[in-house]
Amino acid sequence: MLKHTETVDCDVLVIGAGLAGMRAALETCGRYRTAILSKVHPLRSHSDAAQGGIAASLGNVEEDSVEKHLYDTVKGSDFLGDQDAQETLVSDAATAVYELEHFGAPFSRTDSGRIGQRDFGGHSAKRACYVADLTGHALLHSLYEQVLKHRIPTYGEHFVVALCGDRNRVTGAVAYDMAHGVLRAFSARAVVLATGGYARCFQLTSNDLHNTGDGLSLAWQLGIPLEDMEFVQFHPTGLYRQGILVSEAARGEGGYLLNRDGARFMERYAPKVMELAPRDVVSRSIQTEIDEGRGVDGRDFVNLDIRHLGKQLILERLPQIHDLALNFVGVDCLKEPIPIQPVAHYSMGGIPTDGDTRVLADGLKPTPGFFAAGECACVSVHGANRLGCNSLLEAVVFGRRAGKATTSYLDAEKPTEVKLTASDLAPALENLDKFCCSAGPDKAPEIRQELGAVMTKNCGVFRDDCGLSQGLAKVRELKTRFKNIVIRDRSPLYNTELTEALQLRNMLQYAEVIVASALNRTESRGSHSRKDHPKRDDVNWLKHTLTFPDGAGLRFDYKPVRITRFQPVERKY
Amino acid sequence: MKATLHVQRYLPDAPGVGPARHWQDYTVEAPDGATVLDCLMRIKDEQDPTLTFRRSCRSAICGSCGMNIAGVNRLACYSQVSRLGRGPVKIRPLPGLPLIKDLVVDMEPFMDKYRVTEPFIVARAPEPEKEYLQSPEEHRKLDEIITCIMCGCCSTSCPVSWTNPAYLGPAAFGRAYRFLVDSRDTRGRDHLKPVTGNTDGVWRCHHIANCVDVCPKNIDLPWLINELRKRAL
Repeated sequence: MLKHTETVDCDVLVIGAGLAGMRAALETCGRYRTAILSKVHPLRSHSDAAQGGIAASLGNVEEDSVEKHLYDTVKGSDFLGDQDAQETLVSDAATAVYELEHFGAPFSRTDSGRIGQRDFGGHSAKRACYVADLTGHALLHSLYEQVLKHRIPTYGEHFVVALCGDRNRVTGAVAYDMAHGVLRAFSARAVVLATGGYARCFQLTSNDLHNTGDGLSLAWQLGIPLEDMEFVQFHPTGLYRQGILVSEAARGEGGYLLNRDGARFMERYAPKVMELAPRDVVSRSIQTEIDEGRGVDGRDFVNLDIRHLGKQLILERLPQIHDLALNFVGVDCLKEPIPIQPVAHYSMGGIPTDGDTRVLADGLKPTPGFFAAGECACVSVHGANRLGCNSLLEAVVFGRRAGKATTSYLDAEKPTEVKLTASDLAPALENLDKFCCSAGPDKAPEIRQELGAVMTKNCGVFRDDCGLSQGLAKVRELKTRFKNIVIRDRSPLYNTELTEALQLRNMLQYAEVIVASALNRTESRGSHSRKDHPKRDDVNWLKHTLTFPDGAGLRFDYKPVRITRFQPVERKY
Repeated sequence: MKATLHVQRYLPDAPGVGPARHWQDYTVEAPDGATVLDCLMRIKDEQDPTLTFRRSCRSAICGSCGMNIAGVNRLACYSQVSRLGRGPVKIRPLPGLPLIKDLVVDMEPFMDKYRVTEPFIVARAPEPEKEYLQSPEEHRKLDEIITCIMCGCCSTSCPVSWTNPAYLGPAAFGRAYRFLVDSRDTRGRDHLKPVTGNTDGVWRCHHIANCVDVCPKNIDLPWLINELRKRAL
């Protein structure tokens, strides 16, 4: 159905055009032929939807330090983050943010004209640099403006169907050029994956419809393991039933969470910091209120009340939230509280990398010329729970590092030019052909809906053995059914039935890993809460999970957490 | 409630299936609060997998799902079906751009016009060690224009754009304005050069103001075009 038409040669192929991908490309484009590939136009990337801010201890509003940011991040991660990587994240933060400002990012300002900073959950100082509540949107546009300025070739609406090469040397990719209905191959001496997160496999999620973790599955197909996949962040405040994000900035600016009785229930769960506890803590608190019948009207939501912040502040600093609540749930947040519930939001786990973003093909040893950065990667800087505003930070800090590491690799190793031949492409093309011809009778949309439902129900904020076991069996059943799906749209042009099916294939692959890893980890840590194992277990579980593809099944391995500065202590807020 | 969508279909590469462009009706369950995008996705999942449209964030920030709905350009994810009146809802692609398939248009001509404006900052060198200073008052001038999501609803609603393919259109003007009023940018009037050309620039605006009527972010584009004109004089 789809024909291969041409092969584009480049030195660096960046897959994904969100903050991490574009930041990496900006770093390599001066020295090496760089191409950016994305399944959407870069301006449609999901970095766009980040609202609240990007963390850096600039100290523009109050006293702050890299040290404090580091400890907050370590504690926020429930001591599962690798502390050397976390130190890199917070040490590079100021430089990365000032660079964004120099790229034109229109940060909100303090009275003295410096970058404005606000409170955010789990941060012990006003550290979130923000652009109203449109931070991701503004940063994405600023980076894209730089991509235009540097004239980096960008292939939008190119859906990557397979990577070329093997796990010891990745040599490029084959992509479906949707608008022209053809396959285009890209040969590259180095490949950077920056494909974003994977929470779309949950029914209730803040993620866009494209956050299907494609990069993870591309790596997995080469036999590369995935790390810490059980750690999925649930954002406390998704718009009721829609899942659309209501930024933590609403609480950072002083919003309250209220239950059925109008009580600020966070005082029972995190008396010191209340609504500004880290997300795992707040999500569990909300879910507990709901589960114990204290949701509003006894239903499955609680209220986020920002009325007391006043019209001026809301319209100036939280305009998008005002807009979203009004249009998507018909609530004017100047006059009424906003109904919210926890929703799958962020992927702490991902493709294992070292601090220079090099992909660890066996979980330990870097693959030359293969890099991953941003949400698709697991460095691990977020450990078991990410703090708000550390995700945009990770994307730019490690996107930048990916670009620098790629440049150093090409400078030092001078790898030979890659020329993909017909036989290099053949396996990918054959697989795709077979996939397009599958004849039914199962329907991909039904499988997708069932997958979302089981992930949200059995692998949500609270988990237990029984739910996870049933969930795993269900995901495996769906994987089997998926082999018999039918693609009815036979047109090569802009075939979104095909791309959605490929996305579902990817989701099923890593959803199994999420559930299996969650079942395997018999403790509660950060975002992973087991009702049957409610305590953190440092003796047995202060380690990263590595899940490997093993024939048709999975194999678990582990690696130690790198603890350099702070020994684990009980985490209280 | 049930909603009927009257959708323009277009498939250039299917010989023998009838006219390339035709209309098709779909009736679909539309619960309270359902958006046009919800309905389109439901149709694609349950009735017709070939129905093709762009979508991504479904929260009015990515700008993917601009289309002409009930005669007005808007975001499908931002348009509740129940607010669109009685009877079938007519859905067409954004007008004035080449069709690719069904509701998907080729956005490249639109993006090309944006690129023409050289939409990136040129700040004074050398760069400061920290941030460029900018007062809250100076920053306020950017508040509105940085909400633009480049969905294309404005430019493709403009009759001048329809009749003059070279006309840059309000979205591109908005990008030029964004840097013109940024206190950190040093180009000043140079920003105006790409947008004040005789055939394609701001002088061609006829003040029809469709652009402001359709902008999902309520950006006051006619006002901004006037500002560009004032500064060009």
